[in-house]
Amino acid sequence: MSTYRIQGATGDWEVVIGLEVHAQVTSNSKLFSGSATAFGAEPNSQVSLIDAAMPGMLPVLNGECIRQAVRTGMAIEAQINKWSRFDRKNYFYADLPQGYQISQLYHPIVGEGSLTIEADEKAGIPADKVIGIERIHVEQDAGKLMHDQHPTMSYVDLNRSGVALMEIVSRPDMTSPAEAGAYLSKLRTILRYVGSCDGNMDQGSMRADVNVSVRKPGDELGTRTETKNVNSVRFVMQAIEHEASRQVDVLEAGGKIVQETRLFDPTTGSTRSMRSKEDAHDYRYFPDPDLLPLELDDAFLEACRASLPELPDAKRARYEGELGLSAYNAAVLTADVDTFAWFEALLAETASAQGKAPAEVAKQAANWLISEFFGALNKQGKSLEDSPISHEQAAELLALVGKGTISGSIAKQVLETMFETGDNAGVIVEREGLKQESDTGAIEAKVDEILAANADKVAQYREGKVALFGFFVGQTMKAMAGKGNPQVVNEILKAKLG
Amino acid sequence: MPDTSNSLTELGVAQIRDGVANGDFSAVEVAEAFNANVAAAQEALNAFIIATPEKAIEAAQATDAKRARGEALGKMGGVPIGMKDLFATFDVQTTAASHMLEGFKPQYESTVSQKLWDAGAGMLGKLNLDQFAMGSSNETSYFGNVISPWKRNDGGNAALAPGGSSGGSSSALAARLCPAATGTDTGGSIRQPAAFTGTTGIKPTYGRCSRWGVVAFASSLDQAGPMARSVQDCAIMLEAMAGFDAKDSTSLDLPVPNWEAALSGDMKGKKVGIPKEYRVDGLDEDVSKSWDDGIAWLKDAGAEIVEISLPHTKYALPTYYIIAPAEASSNLARYDGVRYGLRDLPDGANLQDMYAATRAAGFGPEVKRRILIGTYVLSAGFYDAYYTQAQKVRALIAQDFAKAFEQCDVILAPTAPSAAFGLGENVDDPLKMYLNDVFAVPASLAGLPAMSVPAGLNREGLPLGLQVIGKAFDEQGVLNAGLALEQRAQFAAKPEKWW
Repeated sequence: MSTYRIQGATGDWEVVIGLEVHAQVTSNSKLFSGSATAFGAEPNSQVSLIDAAMPGMLPVLNGECIRQAVRTGMAIEAQINKWSRFDRKNYFYADLPQGYQISQLYHPIVGEGSLTIEADEKAGIPADKVIGIERIHVEQDAGKLMHDQHPTMSYVDLNRSGVALMEIVSRPDMTSPAEAGAYLSKLRTILRYVGSCDGNMDQGSMRADVNVSVRKPGDELGTRTETKNVNSVRFVMQAIEHEASRQVDVLEAGGKIVQETRLFDPTTGSTRSMRSKEDAHDYRYFPDPDLLPLELDDAFLEACRASLPELPDAKRARYEGELGLSAYNAAVLTADVDTFAWFEALLAETASAQGKAPAEVAKQAANWLISEFFGALNKQGKSLEDSPISHEQAAELLALVGKGTISGSIAKQVLETMFETGDNAGVIVEREGLKQESDTGAIEAKVDEILAANADKVAQYREGKVALFGFFVGQTMKAMAGKGNPQVVNEILKAKLG
Repeated sequence: MPDTSNSLTELGVAQIRDGVANGDFSAVEVAEAFNANVAAAQEALNAFIIATPEKAIEAAQATDAKRARGEALGKMGGVPIGMKDLFATFDVQTTAASHMLEGFKPQYESTVSQKLWDAGAGMLGKLNLDQFAMGSSNETSYFGNVISPWKRNDGGNAALAPGGSSGGSSSALAARLCPAATGTDTGGSIRQPAAFTGTTGIKPTYGRCSRWGVVAFASSLDQAGPMARSVQDCAIMLEAMAGFDAKDSTSLDLPVPNWEAALSGDMKGKKVGIPKEYRVDGLDEDVSKSWDDGIAWLKDAGAEIVEISLPHTKYALPTYYIIAPAEASSNLARYDGVRYGLRDLPDGANLQDMYAATRAAGFGPEVKRRILIGTYVLSAGFYDAYYTQAQKVRALIAQDFAKAFEQCDVILAPTAPSAAFGLGENVDDPLKMYLNDVFAVPASLAGLPAMSVPAGLNREGLPLGLQVIGKAFDEQGVLNAGLALEQRAQFAAKPEKWW
């Protein structure tokens, strides 16, 4: 149980949160037409007669969108409804050509499911928590109004009109902004694993309607408000914080919460009223008579199930168990599709480059990826997607470290050069003479020089000032331009200092 | 050369098809003859919203050229037809008889019309109809009433309704402006106008003809079908119109039978059901008599007559007037002035104002009435009492038919409770107008094939129709019973030319 509370003048308040997430289904064409769905196309360049709701046009269901919704449902271990149906949600708006949105009110394709958010002490999530998901239904997106094209008129772009969305409705199981943020992140991760949504929140592929209410601990649920179309994890958390505090202020001032739809303003981090329940639409839902009920057979469901990838929770457990990674590393590496894909490719290359089993090099690869490589990418403002080096190149670098050809600190330097030049690690090490010196004779010679030049410190060391050992290591390494094999240097120093 | 232009317009689909194929006359001659009749009757009958003589000639020339090259002609080769203005026709104004779509030229062709052109038919013009196919008298058209060519034999000159919504189709057929026409039937819109004008029409099983490109009224009921002057002609044209269409999710994925080839008026071994609930109190005497005639004719054709019960019949009309307007209220939401058709944008208007002004100006009173009814029955708090309940009754009505068809092969009933009425007689009483479809609506709700064939004239000299209702997918059974009636009714009456 989250300990998140809002301290009001009259005491502590609990927050109750539910999210309705709209996720654009990854598919080449729209839910009921053959139009393309690419982001950022010229306005009205991806509009069919159906999308423009010309007279006599009829919807034909795109099976791929259904397949993706079913796979998503399976990924949250939800009940898949073998019989579902499409309903019309009727309202007038210029971005809605048909005058109704085809959606699923009465019989959604996916029923009850759940996902688990992980414990995060720092964020105030003391333990793993299961968040219920009530349903997923499939529906059409609307078009987009453009108000900045003409002084007195609005233009409409129907490219998005009819694009398939999944509406994923959570239970009101979240009790803090952090939990809601974690839920949204986890959901995004799952969708990206499954490949049913690209999760690009900045392109509107994923957006959340945030339902918030507050209550005194132990009281009945309070009246909720719904903040529409919030399009990042951070904004969702901000919207909740703002909305919960606002509600507490209203209630403590003796007011009442009005059930209403609100808008989030990212520039101020606050919410404002859009419309109240009184002027809410009567959507006059009824089954769409242009479409037959959707019936799924066992073979289809089996094929959907067989096509599911290893999911985040399973992958994370395997990384910790089979690969022996730390919980932290496993969490970082499984948080996103791009990350684990890079890691797994790197792991395979590294194992083969060093002739070892993956489990034997997993820690090395994971540590390097997280502490060295991510940092280097960050410094350049790059992501894995546009990484200047390939995982094959990275594996070669790791193999050089693994075989003792270069030291870890030299590897850092080599990576920097790789970023700059794109050259392979082996070439750079060769060219710049960075090979590690493991020859005991050469190291002994250097150590002797250092000890001779620092006789006073040797004396102090022998008198018991053992902390000086690091000084001798540093001096030796410096004298060898960092190329001395640290292990051999240590051993020789220890032997010589007695 | 004898002047054939007059007699050519007396010919039906089969005769024209065969005559053109045999070289008895050319397709262009046929098209010219009908084009002339269309032009001559337009002012008096107003059957067409627009005539397209050049389209008819173009198609006829193509057929003649094909024949000259020795190529096989299509099922409708050389046959010019009227196209109800509910079917989208490429670059030809398509209005649904509404101001809302005046001037609208679709850049696509409906599946059904395309199939007809592919079969060799040509287009004489776009036929008038009740606005958005909502009406039973063709009086709701924005483009004016269609007048029936028929007159009562009382010496008066009252203008009569051709029925609706396919009133342009029925009037044009009776007046020999075309040998065949498309119709659509949501709750009797093919059968009732056919009955009113002494013509023949069949509404096939729901899903036989694609709805793609047909302006929607009530999606779960709308079904296109042929109208002509004989059962055989209907069979030929239905073959050309029907067929699975992947663009219509409710389309039937079944092969199209060769209905014409299997036509037979022999009813031996067939059972004909007579629904007792259709014998309503106060049923018009002449209608009742023609029904008895029909029973006798089918008996004569070898059929056994059985009484059947369709107990939920009395709920059919109220059920229809919930479901059809509900769907219509949603289907017609797209006419909003944003993308095509009429836009009424008063000075300083915002979006809501534009919607209101556009829809107020664009829709006629009957369309508005049905949108309001439909909006009401779907609204929160009323949905279950009306729409849900109506869907349940609809299922019961379908079940009535399923049970009845355990006892019989086809059902015989009147098409309409009366002969054609005078224009204006029913316009002030929507309920009375709706009653016209009382016998037609049950088969629509059940999605069953049903046709109307002329049975004879009533005492006023006006045609009456008999309706045959069949099992789902059994258009053949319906056509055959229709043929048996046609052979015995020997209906040869035609309106005396006054236009």
